[in-house]
Parts: sequence; structure tokens; C-alpha cells
Amino acid sequence: MILPPATAAICGLLILLIPLALAGLTLMNSGLGRSRTAAHALMGTLIVTAVAAMVYAVFGFAWQGIAGGPAYALTLSGKQWSWIGAERLFLLGVDFDGSPAILAAGFGMFSAALAAAIPLGAGAERWRLAGVTASTVVLTGWTYPVFAHWVWGGGWLARLGSNYGLGIGFADEGGAGTIQVVGGLTALSVAWILGPRRGKYSNEGLPAAIPGHNTVYVLFGCFLAWIGWVGLNSAGAILFYGAPEARIVLIAMNTLLAAGAGLVATALITRTRFSKPDASLSANGWVGGLVASSAGAAFMSPAAALIVGLVAGGLVPFSIEWLELRLGIDDPGGTITVHAVCGIWGLLAAGIVGRLPGAATNQLLAQLAGIAILLGFVFPFTYGVNSLLNRFIPFRVRPEGERQGMDLHELGANAYPELAGHLEDFTQR
Amino acid sequence: MKLVGFLLLVSGGVIVLTAIAMLPPTAARGAFVAAGLAIEIVGLVLVFRSHMPPKEERG
Repeated sequence: MILPPATAAICGLLILLIPLALAGLTLMNSGLGRSRTAAHALMGTLIVTAVAAMVYAVFGFAWQGIAGGPAYALTLSGKQWSWIGAERLFLLGVDFDGSPAILAAGFGMFSAALAAAIPLGAGAERWRLAGVTASTVVLTGWTYPVFAHWVWGGGWLARLGSNYGLGIGFADEGGAGTIQVVGGLTALSVAWILGPRRGKYSNEGLPAAIPGHNTVYVLFGCFLAWIGWVGLNSAGAILFYGAPEARIVLIAMNTLLAAGAGLVATALITRTRFSKPDASLSANGWVGGLVASSAGAAFMSPAAALIVGLVAGGLVPFSIEWLELRLGIDDPGGTITVHAVCGIWGLLAAGIVGRLPGAATNQLLAQLAGIAILLGFVFPFTYGVNSLLNRFIPFRVRPEGERQGMDLHELGANAYPELAGHLEDFTQR
Repeated sequence: MKLVGFLLLVSGGVIVLTAIAMLPPTAARGAFVAAGLAIEIVGLVLVFRSHMPPKEERG
């Protein structure tokens, strides 16, 4: 596929918006944590971004590839199952002239960083930077590129339509599955491996509320994330599904409608249950709407986007409560719900209410197949690899480090030195 | 229980893959995909249960 120069330029500009989604999630993670881990949350994301960019450039893109590019494929009953890209390492052979390959590489590099930053919210306040780095290498060097090849690089999930008559194949224009669910399932694995924060659960198993330290960060992060998501949804639709650039306005509107509906649904539910709308949960409802919009924002009506966001926002408070209260999972950022649960809902919704071009029949079956692969292969893999990494590079900080706070323990200084109390408790005499 | 749960997750995925690759586009294919997903859900339940700490060990 060759993009006209104007389309390539617009697509490039949209790709440049994607880091704002990363910045938004980072601010949210920092704000939802305690003040003694605020700098650690930002430093963690910077490290993830740096490692993701390097790993993706060295071999991630080679394994993701692009549709029509070199790839390794199996042939089953005369049908090709392309399972991994075969581009050259270090981005060699890619034309840096606005070609679809370089646009896909730029999109992939930022998206890989976004996917790898998602688990930070679940591991907040106890995940060591060494563990973060190791996990990021695997996610951005293997898990994300291989799944992205299946979906966006002309892989077998993308060809379910042409090979087996399942709609247009697995549809995921903005990465609801490829970025969000992959990141969300890794977040679930990390939360299990790390275990809950000290003091989160009483001996009777009741969770204690550990409020975040800065709601302003959390809510401002929502604004940044929204702009980043417009870039994500629009660039993905143009680059991987051939959407015309004239559709950007619809995509932007649908993205906002889904996010807004998500926020309103969560705010109404928390208002009904707790007599006041909960700002942190509502922010998660906003991001849940963004995530759910990612699978099909370019191919659904505004009314459908509204419904998608309302359902996502309705899921958020109940899922977060269920995970924390019933299942004993300590996820300070609500990332498992927001990215995995809402991402799966978005993928389903694209098959139910999406109006994908040429997908007259069986689109829902293609979406179900993609979800089954995420749960059946990606999740066991990411859990197994992170458990293995944890044996060699312990993920969890030592108890005294958790008591001190990650800022002081891992970075040597607090984000807010004037707020640090009882420093003498931790100073060697 | 955890290992069984993950095995069920993988098995469900394999059933979905096999159904798509080997069955003609009939209702049976949809039924097998649904069955694969149902097995995955059972696997997820087992994995979640295996990670639930006994109450006295929490904190």
C-alpha cells in the first residue's frame, strides 16, 4: 500500500500525538499512588519508554513487519498463516520518506512503549525498576511485536476474513487488543507476582483504602490521554485499515463520546452508591471509554460510540471493586479493569456495533477469535515469562524499601522533600 | 489448580484455532468457537481462584 503524500503527512502528525497518551497515563499513575512514590512512577515510565524504543528499533519492528512485507508463514490446507515478520534488524531497509513502513515503525514504537507502561499502574509502590526493565524487554521485544504482526502486519488474525470468511479479519484499528489488552493482561500477571502492598489487606482480608496523593494529576492526565488516543485511533485506522483522512473528525468525535460516556457512567454509579461522584474512579471510567473506543472508533456511528463508552464506564467501578474486594488483587491504578476488561469489551463491541467496510458476516466471530488468542496464548505466555524473570530478578522491593517509599529507596530522594516525615527513621546513624 | 487453569486457557485457544481452520463456515464453527471460549473462562476462574490468598495471609 502506498499512501499519498498528504495522507502520509497527516498520518505522521497523528502518530506524533500518541506520546501524549503515555504522558496522560503516567500522570494518572503518579497521582493515584502515594506521594512517597510519585517520582518513581514517572521515572518508571521514562525507563519503560527508553527501553521500549531501543528494543523495538533493534528487533521489535523486524518481528512485527508490515502487511505485504517479508514474513514467516505456515501453510495449512492451502491457507497461509503468517506468524512473524521477517524485516531486517535495527530498522535497516526501511525508507525514511513517509513510506507506510516507517509510519508503521513510528506507530509501533510509541504503541509498544504505551503497552509496556500499562503494567506500571498495577505494580505501583512495590515494583523495582530492574524488574520493570526486564519485563519491558520481553513485552516490547516479543509479546507486542508478534501479536501486532498477527493483527497489523498482515498476519493470520488479519487474514481471517480473506482466508476463512470472517468479516474483514480481526479488527483492532487503535489497539484495544494489541496495545491495551496485551498491557492489561501483563498488568494482571505483575499484580499477582508482586502481591498486594503492605497494609492493603487486614488479617481478615478486608482491603484498606489507600488514596492517591494528587487528584489533579489524575484528572489532567485524562485530558492528555484523550489527545493521545485521537492520534492512536486515527493513525491506526488510516495506516492499517485504509480509512480516508476525511474520517479523522468522526474518529475524534467517537473517541471523545466514548470517553465522556465512560466518565458519566462511572460518575453516576459512584454518585448513586457513595452519594458523591468519585473523581479517581470517574477518571478510570474516562480512560476505560477511550480504551473501548480503540477497536472500532473509525467504523461506528456516534450513537454506537456513546453506547460503547457507557458500557465501559459501567464496567469500571464494579470490576475494580470485584478485583480488589473479592479476588484480593491490589491494582492501585485500576489498570487491569481499564485496559484488559474495557479493551475486551471494545473488541467485542467492534464486532457487534461496528460498520466495518466489507464485513457483512461473521465479524463478531473474528473478534471472538482474537479475544480467545489473547486469553489463551498471550496471557499464559506473559504470566509464565514474568514469573520466570521474577526468579532471577526479584520484582518486589524489600519490606524496608516499601516502608521508606520507592522514591527514597530506589531513587535516593523524595519527589516532595518538604513533605517527607520521620526521615531519621531511615537514616543510618 | 493454577497449572490446570492455564492449561485450560491454552486448550480453549487451541479449540478456537482448530475450529476456524478446519470447520466449514456453518453454525458448528460458531459453536466450537463458543465452546473454546467457555473453556477459557473456566480456566480463568481456576487461575483467579488459585491466586486468592487465604484471608489470614493477606496484608
